[in-house]
This record gives sequence, C-alpha cells and structure tokens, in this order.
Amino acid sequence: MGFFLETLFGGLMAGMLYSLVALGFVLIFKASGVFNFAQGAMVLFSALAMARFGEWIPQYLGVSNFVLSNLLAFGLAAVVMFLVAWTVEFLVLRHLVNQEATTLLMATLGITYFLDGLGQSIFGSDIYKIDVGMPKEPLMLLESVFDGGILINQEDLVAAVIAAALVALLSLFFQKTTTGRALRAVADDHQAAQSIGIPLNRIWVIVWCVAGVVALVAGMIWGSKLGVQFSLSTVAMRALPVVILGGLTSVPGAIVGGLIIGVGEKLSEVFLGPYVGGGIEIWFAYVLALGFLLVRPQGLFGEKIIDRV
Amino acid sequence: MSKQIGDVILDVKNISLRFGGVKALTDISFNVREHEVRAIIGPNGAGKSSMLNCINGVYTPTEGSITFRGHTFGHMDSHQVARMGIARTFQNLALFKGMSVLDNIMTGRNLRMKSNLFLQALRLGPAEREEIEHREKVEQIIDFLEIQAYRKTPVGQLPYGLQKRVDLGRALALEPQVLLMDEPMAGMNVEEKQDMCRFILDVNDEFGTTIVLIEHDMGVVMDISDRVVVLDYGKKIGDGSPDEVRNNEEVIRAYLGTSH
Repeated sequence: MGFFLETLFGGLMAGMLYSLVALGFVLIFKASGVFNFAQGAMVLFSALAMARFGEWIPQYLGVSNFVLSNLLAFGLAAVVMFLVAWTVEFLVLRHLVNQEATTLLMATLGITYFLDGLGQSIFGSDIYKIDVGMPKEPLMLLESVFDGGILINQEDLVAAVIAAALVALLSLFFQKTTTGRALRAVADDHQAAQSIGIPLNRIWVIVWCVAGVVALVAGMIWGSKLGVQFSLSTVAMRALPVVILGGLTSVPGAIVGGLIIGVGEKLSEVFLGPYVGGGIEIWFAYVLALGFLLVRPQGLFGEKIIDRV
Repeated sequence: MSKQIGDVILDVKNISLRFGGVKALTDISFNVREHEVRAIIGPNGAGKSSMLNCINGVYTPTEGSITFRGHTFGHMDSHQVARMGIARTFQNLALFKGMSVLDNIMTGRNLRMKSNLFLQALRLGPAEREEIEHREKVEQIIDFLEIQAYRKTPVGQLPYGLQKRVDLGRALALEPQVLLMDEPMAGMNVEEKQDMCRFILDVNDEFGTTIVLIEHDMGVVMDISDRVVVLDYGKKIGDGSPDEVRNNEEVIRAYLGTSH
C-alpha cells in the first residue's frame, strides 16, 4: 500500500509538469485557434535564458544575493519571452490572419526550429543548470501508518506547489480581470470580440506572453531537476497526449489530463511493466491518447464538434 | 412617435465590393440620419450583409468611402469601428457561449474599463468601484431586455430568441451611437419577432440610438423603419420612406419576379 501511494504521488507530481506544458498549448489554441508546435521550443528557450541569466547576473552585475539574482534572472527571462511573443505576432501571426489551420501549424513549426537555433546561438548549447534552491532531500511521510512510510521527493513537491499556484493565478486572471474576460471572449468568437472593440492583435500578444511565462515556469522546474539541455524541447511531445486527453480547448482538461497521464505512466510502469518487460512509461501516454482519439476525439473536456450538414 | 431626426451621422459613398470576379456590391450610396431607424432590405444574396460588414470593418470596400460623424475611412478594423461608437449584432449568433449572460454583456463594457490588471484581480479599491459602476449599467440593460431570470445562465443553454436578446444587450453595453443589426428577426417565431420589434423601437426611442438594420422579411421592416434602402444583386434599386419603397416598380419586380 505504501509503495502504491508512493508511485501515485510520484505520478501526480510528474503529471503536474505535463499539465504546465499542456497549458501553454491550450492557452494559445483557445485564443487564436493555432496549435502552437513551438511550445516546447519556448520551454527550452526560456529555460536557457533563465539558466544563463542566472550565471551572468552574479558574474557581471556582482549581485551576490542568491534570491535577488534568481528573481532578476526570472524577470529578465520573462522579458525575453515577452519579446518573443511580440515578435512572433508582429512578424508571423499578423500576416496569417484567417489562413488555414494547417498554414498556421506549419508557421509554428518554423518558429520551433528558429527558436531552437536562436536560443542555442545566443545562450550556448552546453548543458546548463538552474539552481533556484529547490530542496533535494527526500521526505518521509506517514511513518506511523505504513511500514517504512512514504518516500516523497521534496523537489517534486515544491514543483507541484509552484505549478498549482500558477494555475490558480491564471484562473484568477481569466475570471476576474477585464483582459481575462476579453481573452475568453476572443477564444469563443473572434468576430464578435472585435465587434465590441477588442483588438485581436493585442490579445494574441498577451496570450503568447502568458504562454511564454508558463513555458518559463515549466522550463525552470524541469531545468532545475534535470539540467537545461536540448532535449527539453521535446517535452512538448510528451505533453501532446495530455492535450488530446484533456481536450485542446479546456484549461481544466490540460490539468486533469496531465495528472492522469503522469499517474498512468508511473503506475503502469511499476505494476504492469514486469509482465511485458518494462519500458511502458515511454509509450503509455501515446497509446492512451490513441484510445481517446477513437472513443472521444474532442478529449475529456473539449467542446464537442458538431458539424451542420 | 415624436422623436427628432437629426443630421446625417453615417454617410456611405459609392461603395463597391468585389471578391475576385464576384461583384457583391456595385456603387452603393446612402446616408443615415441621427436617431432614425434605417433598414436595408433585399432578397437573399442582394448584398445586405456585405454592406453591413463594410460599415463594420469586417470587409474593406474595393472602392468608395464611409463617413461617420465627419470622420472618413476606407479601411478600418472592426475593433476601431467599435471604439468610434458603432456596435453590431449578428445574424448567426456569435455569443461567447462559455460565459453567462451577465459576462457576455459585461464584455461590451470592456472598452470603458480603465483600472489596473492587478487591482482587478484582487478586487481592490478603484477596480471594485469601477466594476460596480459598470455592473449597474449592465443590470439596466438586463432589465430593459427582460432577461433578469437568466443572468447567471450560460448563454449556450438559452433558447434562440433569448440568445438574440443577449446579443443585442452586448451591443447596447457599448452605448453605441449607431447600432447595426444583421437580420435581428431571422429564424424567430411571430411572438419573438414582435418582442424584438418592440425592443428595437424602445432602444431607438429611449436611448436615442440610431439603428441600421438588415432584413429580408419586408413586412416587419416596413412597420418600424423611417427610411428603407433596397438592394438587389449588389445594386441599389430603391431608397425612401416605406411607402415610397412599397410602390417602387423595381422593388416589386425584385421581390415578385417579372412576368416573362
């Protein structure tokens, strides 16, 4: 039982990170109907920026305070993501308004490679570390209840708390602010939103900025856990099944989908793995997504697609 | 009705609109006076919606210009048009389906909200006051449209006729000078049509809003409009009071067809 719970918690926390990346997809898709293939590249780009600023700030500005230099690095990386968002809107999206979804997808594919390359040429292509002072020691819980207690990775726990806080902040932003209301309006109907004076271009910049910050937080957490390297860019591929599961248009879907996949991966690896020779974790999410595509193509929370014939 | 019809507020001059080889509109000119109800009618495919979309900034006319309160423009984005004081409703409902009736109408106030994002998120001081202020205006509109009971209902769940009212409410929340209505009565039953007519006249009367509406059902339009433009195959074939238009040979031909 203790082992089962341990696996479950491990899965939930890994799932939270998938949710974060998936959230980036959902935000942009909802507001602009663009499936942003570049979300993974944005995670890499922002993590690289964060890691390098974290090195450069103490080195060149002489800021020795650990918290301050990390805050500065985070702030600067966020500014960089704002610039990326603005540039993408100005140079790419603006000119592709009302184009086919495929065209836009191809454009974001281009942005992916461009960002991957640009990030490495500005910030370098080695493996960098992000140190934001995440606790590394594992935590023992419920020792009195189970024999041996439950071993929980503190770093995972902190990461999950940060992710949850970000999600809460986002929902506050979406539900309570005028800009949030405008974003929801645009997500529902572009034309109607424009007719009441909401400028699409500005909304797109905002939503790419928000997706950029979400990417930054995801990049920071993954980076501090595993180091910042090129493979971060493929994190997006891991989050793809999450959005299929949760539905491309649903924020809660991204979160629940991420948790299901995180937990499913870990549980199946541990409990089914031995029977089929292991390695389930790698393909489990995709098979689950495939199953969903067959049964419920709009995902758990996605809008049902009804076509008038 | 004892309303005062004022000066020309919206002047459409020589508008042509082509999509490749298709001529949607050819050399259309007409004007709209302050406080009047101006209808654009015509059979299906006459170019009525195209005309409205030109004024609203959805389409850019190939030729011609539009003057609104002395400000002339050829091309303008929809959101800029809204800022200038022209609101619109949609023929195929374009409401924000995921939101409640209240939120839908509140989006119409977005333009007028000024306070800081963070204050809003935390509901602090000025933001709170501002929200309340706008909320009052929205409640007035809700009362006016008699949809109090559905305030918190997601609009997707409302019957069609009520959704149309919410659409109108959202446009009214902008407090526009000119309200463009794209087939407000389309797909409604007789009772709903009567309600909508009453609302249109009341908006015109109580708020003094100038109304430009499109309809292909001649009967309804003739009763509530001050002046009517008739389009057919993208050309203007009639313009004048309902009575003048009703007796216009060309209009009768367009609607009833010629005998060959």
